[in-house]
Amino acid sequence: MVIRCVLVAAVATLTLRDVRKQFGETHVLRGIDLDVEDGELVVLVGSSGCGKSTLLRTIAGLEIPTSGEVSIGDRDVTKLAPRDRDVAMVFQSYALYPHLRVRDNLSFGLKLKKTDAAIIDARVKEVSQMLGLEALLDRFPRELSGGQRQRVAMGRAIARRPSLFLFDEPLSNLDAALRAEVRVEIKRLHAELAATMVYVTHDQVEAMTLADRLVILNDGKLEQQGPPLELYDHPDSKFVATFMGSPAMNIFPATATDSSLRADGFTLPYEGPARGDVLIGLRPQDLVADEEGPITLTVDVMEAMGFEAYAHGRVGTLPFVARLDGQTRGITRGDAIRFSLPAARLHVFDRQTERAIR
Amino acid sequence: MRAREESKWWIELACNAVLVLAVAFALYPILWVVTLALSPGEAPQRGVIPVPVAPSLEHFDAVVLARGDDGSLVFIRQMMNSLVIALTTATTAILIATPAAFAMSRFRFVGKGSTTLALLATQMFPGVAAAIPLYLILDAVGLIDTLTGLILVYATSAVPFAIFQLRGAFDGIPVDLEEAAMVDGATRFEAFVRVVLPAARPALAVTALFAFMTAWNEFILAATFLSREEVFTLPVVLQRFVGEHHAHWGRFAAGAIVVSVPVMALFYWLQRHLVSGLTAGGVKG
Repeated sequence: MVIRCVLVAAVATLTLRDVRKQFGETHVLRGIDLDVEDGELVVLVGSSGCGKSTLLRTIAGLEIPTSGEVSIGDRDVTKLAPRDRDVAMVFQSYALYPHLRVRDNLSFGLKLKKTDAAIIDARVKEVSQMLGLEALLDRFPRELSGGQRQRVAMGRAIARRPSLFLFDEPLSNLDAALRAEVRVEIKRLHAELAATMVYVTHDQVEAMTLADRLVILNDGKLEQQGPPLELYDHPDSKFVATFMGSPAMNIFPATATDSSLRADGFTLPYEGPARGDVLIGLRPQDLVADEEGPITLTVDVMEAMGFEAYAHGRVGTLPFVARLDGQTRGITRGDAIRFSLPAARLHVFDRQTERAIR
Repeated sequence: MRAREESKWWIELACNAVLVLAVAFALYPILWVVTLALSPGEAPQRGVIPVPVAPSLEHFDAVVLARGDDGSLVFIRQMMNSLVIALTTATTAILIATPAAFAMSRFRFVGKGSTTLALLATQMFPGVAAAIPLYLILDAVGLIDTLTGLILVYATSAVPFAIFQLRGAFDGIPVDLEEAAMVDGATRFEAFVRVVLPAARPALAVTALFAFMTAWNEFILAATFLSREEVFTLPVVLQRFVGEHHAHWGRFAAGAIVVSVPVMALFYWLQRHLVSGLTAGGVKG
């Protein structure tokens, strides 16, 4: 524990102001404003091509923004080279130096800064204890498994004690079991180091479980940000609503009146502000099996996993998914199941703008 | 089970027989060279199996210890010429081509496409095609009959070749490695020197070896541009053992062996660099 206290990095804030990036005619970032607090773990999520990796590279200094400002602490680093930003980055490919042993991979950055040899030794020791790399110090990257390489890549970042940690989809090359393990490890490291971290992923489980704050990017713009559960419960747009949660939210076109929402195949009671043509969203997990319920699902496929089960099928003419109790038995193709939905769990969106109507 | 083992045994025997034949086929002329070099006298022996009769080192003596008009060891001098030319050509090629190839692999710049095409074009013509213009140019700058002149000529073809080789190697090194180094505190140049170059070591070694061997073995241009005995390179010397009026086959063979030794030594020394996959394990799994 004492050792770990020594490792606590100089923490810093990160501020992005109207950051834009253009590659030729392609606008990748369309004006991003973001504030990351001291010691916060912010996760950037979005589908591929939304600009999340470009944004991370812009923070690292590997891309220079077309316009806008990047500050770390109170320093404007917009035009600084990566080496002058005091950030560390964990790459998706790990990017370990293939000709150097683990020990030298860990100390590479410190040696470049001409750090005292005794300090380097101490840091390498601390980091390797922290990540369980002691036995691997004299191996080359090619002699390590995927998970070990991943840990070396993290160790290389930690050893430098940067103000800011950047993670670019660091788990996407690991198998599912290892991914879950390393996810917990990263969460633990964040708690121990109390460091500011920006983490990019397209995996929403990673995003939900790791983030203090979740930032959702869509087409180069910041779509919504907030604590993971808040985004899950109160999505501002249809994009966020369908992006968060798995299986994705069921979306139906519907017509809103003073007292009801009428969709193809069912009508729900409604007392909200929306009128006319809208989209409604029902999370598979929010549906309650109810013999008197207004929604009738004709089952196509059942997926039972023990701890939960999903019924895939149709309501009216549209595809629909609902969560059932994990121990549900005896439902087969063609069966009809009825559901109701608690009013508070209904999401309503404008059909044109796809923004939430609350 | 038994039958299967037996058939395996026969296949193995057949494979080995084919291999032995292939090796014998490849080695037969070399055995002849060795036999000629070790057999005293001038007349080449006739026989199916080349075995030297009363082997002696007399031809090696005559070749290596040959003295020029001024009494100096002229063959040793000529060997040094070849060494200097080949080493300088290889070094020049690597020094110029490495940064050039890196730039062509990593950066976008005006004229990149046409530069690539121009480099490719230089590789399409046989060196001899340029012999006369090169002669005129060397003559104009007073470098005919000099080692410097020949080095320049060799470098003009070694550099584009090396750029092509190394560019391919740099293309195969993930950009992530440099970027990781740059985030870790390296300048672009430091990232190049400390991360990219070590990862490109096998390619650098192979490219240097090719440049060395091309210069070491080249005959036509050397014979065209050199006329004084003291600046001759070894291929020119070898050729002169077999002249219009006399043919010293024994000395020719002894000389050929002496010429091959440095190249073989170099191959042996560089073979540890020739292992592929040095970047294995650097990125992904």
